[in-house]
Amino acid sequence: MITLGHDEIAKYPFLADAGQYLKDKGFTLEQFGTDPDLKLLVDKAYHRIEVAASGKIYKSDLVDNQTNDSALPREVFSFLLAVVLLKLSGMHTLIKRFALAEARRAEKYLEKDLANFSNKTQEELATKIIKDLFSVNVTKQDDNFVIPVSDYLTHSINFHEREWKLINRKVQGGKVFLTPHETVRLVRKELGNYINSKIQSANTPSMSVAFEKPVNKLISLSKQFAIAPVVSGEYPPCIKHAIDVLEKGENLPHSGRFMLATFLLKRGQSVDQIAPLFKNAPDYNEKVTLYQLNHLAGSSGSGTQYSCPSCEKLKSQHLCFAIPECDNIISPLQFGKKKTINA
Amino acid sequence: MHENDIKLLEESFKKYYFDHFDLIHVPEKPSEREFGYQKFDSGMIRHLSVKDDKELHLMLITNKPSDVYCSNAYYSFPALPMQEKDWKEADLIFDIDSKDLNLECRTNHSVSKCNSCSEIFHNHSLCPNCNSSKIDSKSLTCSNCISGAKKETQKLSEILINDLEINKEDIHVYFSGNEGFHVYVYNSQFQKLQSRERADLADYIMFHGAIPEKFGMKKFNPDRNSFPELDEKGWRGRVSKELFGSKSKRSKIITQIMAQGYSSYQNQLQEISKIIGVKIDPNVTMDIHRIFRLPGSINSKSGLSKVFCENLEKFNPHSDACFIDEESVEVNADCPIQFTLKNKKFGPYKKEKVTLPKYAAVYMICKGLASTA
Repeated sequence: MITLGHDEIAKYPFLADAGQYLKDKGFTLEQFGTDPDLKLLVDKAYHRIEVAASGKIYKSDLVDNQTNDSALPREVFSFLLAVVLLKLSGMHTLIKRFALAEARRAEKYLEKDLANFSNKTQEELATKIIKDLFSVNVTKQDDNFVIPVSDYLTHSINFHEREWKLINRKVQGGKVFLTPHETVRLVRKELGNYINSKIQSANTPSMSVAFEKPVNKLISLSKQFAIAPVVSGEYPPCIKHAIDVLEKGENLPHSGRFMLATFLLKRGQSVDQIAPLFKNAPDYNEKVTLYQLNHLAGSSGSGTQYSCPSCEKLKSQHLCFAIPECDNIISPLQFGKKKTINA
Repeated sequence: MHENDIKLLEESFKKYYFDHFDLIHVPEKPSEREFGYQKFDSGMIRHLSVKDDKELHLMLITNKPSDVYCSNAYYSFPALPMQEKDWKEADLIFDIDSKDLNLECRTNHSVSKCNSCSEIFHNHSLCPNCNSSKIDSKSLTCSNCISGAKKETQKLSEILINDLEINKEDIHVYFSGNEGFHVYVYNSQFQKLQSRERADLADYIMFHGAIPEKFGMKKFNPDRNSFPELDEKGWRGRVSKELFGSKSKRSKIITQIMAQGYSSYQNQLQEISKIIGVKIDPNVTMDIHRIFRLPGSINSKSGLSKVFCENLEKFNPHSDACFIDEESVEVNADCPIQFTLKNKKFGPYKKEKVTLPKYAAVYMICKGLASTA
């Protein structure tokens, strides 16, 4: 396992063994309920989840050249306590959103550490995290980060954007050349999954009085993310799947959002009717969503009205979940309209 | 196929296997491979385990197969059903078939055969004899096509060695036994890759899916300095050579490309992929459970053997892959195209009874253009 210094645990708190960390620092969970100074940390933890739930990245007290000794443990405690609160609330939607936000937070540090050419130790730690957690061998060649083509492919196939295809990468001597940003981006999804699974598999501690209030607040917070069901029986399985993913607060790839929006627009729904569907997306931003929906609808930009992708296209994007009723249609829009010969 | 034809082919193939044990070996780690074979006029028998050369030879002699296969994958239990085999890894494989090259010579060495009345003819979509639309295309191995396939094989090797750092010694090229080449890559970093990863690797080799941004042209505010240089390595260098030809023309052509715009450049990249991309069959490369024709075995589409090409440039399938004996055989031949085997010319034959060396007779019978008299 990776040995971590103080500031590293603060950057990557999910790598720490929670129980051990508390013990090392001489604390028990119960103390956080009773000691008024420590209670502040519970509030901080709640805030950390709240920020994550809103789709933003938690801004830590860490500054670039951190020397503030008390800030570091606070960072770690707020993360560990956030996990405790989440476990006690049992809200999977919140855990997922929290894991994704924490992944994106850690991603920033990883990227910074990788690009920090003056500090060898930080760069080594970042490459070690990437190697130990995701089995990707990163080495440095001049100003580039290079990884074996085979390692690259096992991660890049999860991306749908064409820029991630191997053909669109610099490949030489069996290696792919990447910037620090691309290197970290390559493992983003896995980083989120890693943190999520780490939280899921953590033990749920017993409830103490001090946690009751924030936990109840979390439960009501998670209700905000429940969308009123809008699915009617007429939607094809690909669209149902997309709505389902969004409903769970999971990340729907860009191509999936494009499909859903263009489909619903064609079915006559308005931008204002469609926009709330996306409010659960981990990176939801109302302004951006409205802008994009208006663009797709043709009411802004070039005026082009985008059409819904064909079934074939969706198949290659892994967005097709065909059922027998899909028989013979070539676009999701035809679903339920075409009659079978026997009917 | 006629019963007597099957008998002749089975006997000829069996004799070949008996006389040429030296050419037919189990691959590395035979106990981890799945074997399979087909008999004339029957389905595939697969999920077999063969432990050494001796067992393989026995299988060939007793079963008289038309075609023999072996997995490129390694399994813990190769003889169990697919889900229980426990896949470990697979050699990287490529299939280059000259029929995918769409060369102009193709019409000169292809004929159609009616499945209903066996009539042989050229240039009709319906059988001129019985009007049936059930037609098979039969193509004879052609030197021009083989040179085309060799060129693709060389292009493939160049990418494997330079871009993917495969050792030259780990690339083995085989004549497929019909109209192309099979390329195996051993001991590479790709052994454990799954199907989707291999599909993207195949796209890389075929130059599929390139976006203008990575080859010099952004959608907005394009910059002429980002276009690839002629001496760059990898695909950017290859694209540059194809687009510009020489340093002196580069600047002018970049101006032209930028004037025509982003989507025109996108189309241009797609167009040149037909020239610079390697024409492999992606389905073969991405299949990690395939049983692939066994080196040394006969291809029943031609009667020629799948043989190792030590020197690809000099390799001549018409003499180097033809191992059936020369005993005389009488056949009814309806083969309107002339062909050469073992440096002898045969045909054309128009529905005539001829006496030929067995290798030529077997070749035509396998192609469906002759039958035992």
